[in-house]
Amino acid sequence: MTARVGVVTFPGTLDDRDAARAVRLAGGEAVALFHSEADLKDVDAVVLPGGFSYGDYLRAGAIARFAPIMEKVVDAARGGMPVLGICNGFQVLTEVHLLPGSMIKNDHRAFICRDQTLRVENADTAWTTEYRDGEEIVIPLKNQDGQYVADDRTLDALEAEGRVAFRYVGWNPNGSRRDIAGITNERGNVVGLMPHPEHAVEAGFGPDSREAGRNGVDGLAFFTSAVKGLLATA
Amino acid sequence: MATILVHVMPKPEILDPQGKAVGAALPRLGFDGIAQVRQGKRFELTVDGEVTDEVLAKVREAAETLLSNPVIEDVVEVTVAQESA
Repeated sequence: MTARVGVVTFPGTLDDRDAARAVRLAGGEAVALFHSEADLKDVDAVVLPGGFSYGDYLRAGAIARFAPIMEKVVDAARGGMPVLGICNGFQVLTEVHLLPGSMIKNDHRAFICRDQTLRVENADTAWTTEYRDGEEIVIPLKNQDGQYVADDRTLDALEAEGRVAFRYVGWNPNGSRRDIAGITNERGNVVGLMPHPEHAVEAGFGPDSREAGRNGVDGLAFFTSAVKGLLATA
Repeated sequence: MATILVHVMPKPEILDPQGKAVGAALPRLGFDGIAQVRQGKRFELTVDGEVTDEVLAKVREAAETLLSNPVIEDVVEVTVAQESA
């Protein structure tokens, strides 16, 4: 069998095809899911990709939260299905209250696009088991509203429960509280992060690596983690 | 028909990058003496019929659930703007 990983397309989603490609390169079957259909098509996991769903109107992710597909995603996530939100997908996960906190504009007020170093702080989530705790990875970051904020009590709880999944290393590119790049829920099946693992999955198309230009594939393990995890429990 | 105004502002402790950008632009155009700018949102919700307490309560609920995100924003004011025939 193969793991079926759904990739949701909202109006204004940009990275759905890259996310689907990442799923395939990880050995999974990518299944296209559409915002207006309340149907998960028997997938085993879901990726909410990046972009500007609904033009970021009102707030990033605020309208996508009410799309018919999201009701199914929320139910499935509460039932333990692996769900990964990347960039705008992370914003959707906070708006729909699967993950705490929110994102506001970058503190330097500019859009940013760069190869970003992250530290894996929790290699025990559904999307990070193929990493080691403390491992540093480089994947692209590109956003306008990337500053992660939450009140101190929430941040303290996230830290205490090991739910900070990724932290920015070297430089905090958007003013995120406590250098947080990504977080997970209590159960570890829902993960959201600002940077883009799906853009670092194939040599020749990723960030520069030590060996060669554009050869970085540090993002692939997100998807192999989920695919292997699903096959192991199947 | 009546219009209800909902004003939403970023929470005081949350950095407001848009307000800061506007604040930095003002002196460049000669508008001096403005110490700080914070930028929020104003929604105009036009309803059929009278604005009853029930309608206002519903709008307040909408303001808290959709129009604002309580993690980063406060609903600072909900008022009735105008009544016209």
